[in-house]
Amino acid sequence: MIERTVAPVFKQVENINIIKARQVTLDNGIQLFVVNAGDQELVRVELIFHNVNWNIRKPLQAFAVNSMLTEGTSTLNAYQIAERVDYYGAFLQSDYNSDASMVTLYTLSKHLDNVLPVVKDIITDSIFPDEELETFKRNQKQKLLVSLEKNDYVGRRVFNKTLFGDTLYGYSTEADDYDKLGRDELVEYFHLAYRPENCTIIVSGKADGEIVNTLNRSFGRNWDKGLNTSLNTFSFPAKGGVLQYIEKPDALQSAIRAGKISVNRSHPDFPALQVLNTVLGGYFGSRLMANIREDKGYTYGIGSALVSLQNSGYFVIASEVGAEVCSSTMTEIEKEINLLRTELIPEEELNLVKNYMLGSFLGSLENAFSHADKFKNIWFSGLDYDYYDRYIKEVREITSEKLLGLAKFYLDFSSFNKVIVGKK
Amino acid sequence: MVTFNRVTLSNGLKVLIHEDHTTPMAVVNILYNVGARDEDPDKTGFAHLFEHLMFGGSVNIPSYDEPLQRVGGENNAFTSNDITNYYITLPASNLETAFWLESDRMLSLAFSEKSLEVQRNVVSEEFKQRYLNQPYGDVWLRFRPLVYKEHPYKWATIGKDLSHIENASIDDVRSFFKKHYNPSNAIMVVGGDVNPEEVQKLAEKWFGSVPPGDKPVRNLPQEPEQVEARRETIKADVPLNALYIAFHMPGRNTQAYYETELISDILSRGNSSRLYFNLVKEQKLFSDVNAYVTSSIDPGLFVVEGKPLEGVSTEEAERSVWNELERLKTELIPVDELTKVKNKIESTMVFAEMSLLDKAMNLAFFELMGNAADLNNETERYLKISAEEIQSRAASVFRKENSSTLIYLANK
Repeated sequence: MIERTVAPVFKQVENINIIKARQVTLDNGIQLFVVNAGDQELVRVELIFHNVNWNIRKPLQAFAVNSMLTEGTSTLNAYQIAERVDYYGAFLQSDYNSDASMVTLYTLSKHLDNVLPVVKDIITDSIFPDEELETFKRNQKQKLLVSLEKNDYVGRRVFNKTLFGDTLYGYSTEADDYDKLGRDELVEYFHLAYRPENCTIIVSGKADGEIVNTLNRSFGRNWDKGLNTSLNTFSFPAKGGVLQYIEKPDALQSAIRAGKISVNRSHPDFPALQVLNTVLGGYFGSRLMANIREDKGYTYGIGSALVSLQNSGYFVIASEVGAEVCSSTMTEIEKEINLLRTELIPEEELNLVKNYMLGSFLGSLENAFSHADKFKNIWFSGLDYDYYDRYIKEVREITSEKLLGLAKFYLDFSSFNKVIVGKK
Repeated sequence: MVTFNRVTLSNGLKVLIHEDHTTPMAVVNILYNVGARDEDPDKTGFAHLFEHLMFGGSVNIPSYDEPLQRVGGENNAFTSNDITNYYITLPASNLETAFWLESDRMLSLAFSEKSLEVQRNVVSEEFKQRYLNQPYGDVWLRFRPLVYKEHPYKWATIGKDLSHIENASIDDVRSFFKKHYNPSNAIMVVGGDVNPEEVQKLAEKWFGSVPPGDKPVRNLPQEPEQVEARRETIKADVPLNALYIAFHMPGRNTQAYYETELISDILSRGNSSRLYFNLVKEQKLFSDVNAYVTSSIDPGLFVVEGKPLEGVSTEEAERSVWNELERLKTELIPVDELTKVKNKIESTMVFAEMSLLDKAMNLAFFELMGNAADLNNETERYLKISAEEIQSRAASVFRKENSSTLIYLANK
């Protein structure tokens, strides 16, 4: 008979090997980073451009340019761009976040030569045709109308505004921002931001020397420097404690957001705060989940996160809960925060969280793309690979006493901004 | 190419082992051959509720999640109309913990009243969050009963109604477990940085003594052929009108399925696809429009859904969709366009091999359909399709009398 009541022996994760990116300077000075790994004959090519010259009077400029890169160049129309990429079984996507504008190509290596010219074309020669711009505006306004009916979306947007005001991080897009959007401001921004000196390229997958040469031929030549730009820099008042309630009389559930401005990855406390965040709401067994979902059944899910941005960072708790238990949930959240500030995390719980985080970190290194993602996290925070050694060391060695001190310093519930969309 | 070994234990449990030494991790994926289609019509949503209860402790182990997290593992599960699938990812050196946990809950659950009560609430909140408190969230709750009249696909996995979940009793939980959660009704895939011999030993050690139980017999009412077009209009507090058209199509395990899926790619995959380019960009009738197949094991659905632009009537929008469908019936698809959708399939298959968990899930699913090795013939089944086969498949699927149309109107 086997003993089913006793857990098998286990080991804490020991060896964590990150495949480091190799740095190559292209002919025109662009920094290319290469993560060469994996058995599949494919690559991902990411072109990353910092967002620049934030202007509150032109809030959609950067987003609209990024979204419309595939809508036409002086030699290819939108259909031809899409058709060429689709024909070779490749995927071309543009993504925009509050710090960067990205163009990402996924392709089988054998088709790279066929699709790179399209990528080069859209980042150097997009023309933003009026007719396509009108379509973009119309469709985006419809999407916005639907999103504004979602409590979770509204909660996020109002919360970001309470933290970051009218900067790019906090701006709430309205339908008439689309109405005001003109082709000229797109052309202007395209020439400012999509320039080699503002571009970082990361290639991952089976990326051998031949692929690096191909990328140099495409992006390292015939692409000129542009005008001087200024990187977006924002600073934010540390004031907090705002409560915003947006009532939706028919809501079955209320969306909750609570949190405050915090530190980003470049701050020495960041790894330790990630441990604290995991205990509170960063995994399925977290205190918030255990209490509010698994004990009380108030919600399908509740979690917390520490988000790192270029100019800031924030801590946030988010959930959608039954409208009738919204206030009880807020009370329980406050209780959990205060518990972290007044009592030591028991040894057994902390050990579990440490092991979980190390396993989860190991699991996040699944393939070449994930190794490249690890590189992006440090590069754009101005850090090097030592960061991960520090992170792993911190997770292994941190004590309950240190976490108690951090909770006292960083997590004061009365200073949190709170947003409720639905019913209280 | 996804390679594997197969072992069947004496109690009927199938174990598939896939080695992938590019990762330090292991996955354990267990598929139980039970889904919402196996539910009693008066107790819908039960397979999914039961999935939640599988995490409420088993006969010898009070907490499922905690010991797994303690060894650096993570887990989750999903329920569909066809299957319930549980998966664990953990450092390969701690693989045995997964066997310990999974075998104990296959042996028996704790059947805790507290867990049932809490999970009834959690699932009710899930029902609200995903289906009731979202614009258009209830579409499939309304649409399924229009499209399916007999087959249990007529209800969604979350259930017909909140009351079915609220009424679930611990006796229901016991009998569901006894009927469906047997080794002979499960397929386990172990993958990653593992040694096949060691996996086989662990499987015998932990699962060998789980009693086989009776393999449940499935005898579902089949959907009769639809003979006339169906239509329903509903009004709701949403900002925009929406249009949904569904057609019955062949089941997952037929060549006809592959033809139909390729048609959905022609219509809707990528920005050069027909619906997007013609109806969004050129004719400017929709803000978004999509075609997809439901991929169910029993005969499923081909669906077109879209949101017409402000000022475009739903009649005009519907006509424009039908024009595209008719064109597939009357004109052969050009060679380049067919090559394009096939190239996309080919590259998607290669990209899918980058994820260990996806490989494990796919092996289990293909084993359920007959043979895990068929996973490696998928690309072939798409590549051999001809333009003529596309045309005749379109003609057999896109018939008015085979269609159900749901018009979702915004209250103004």
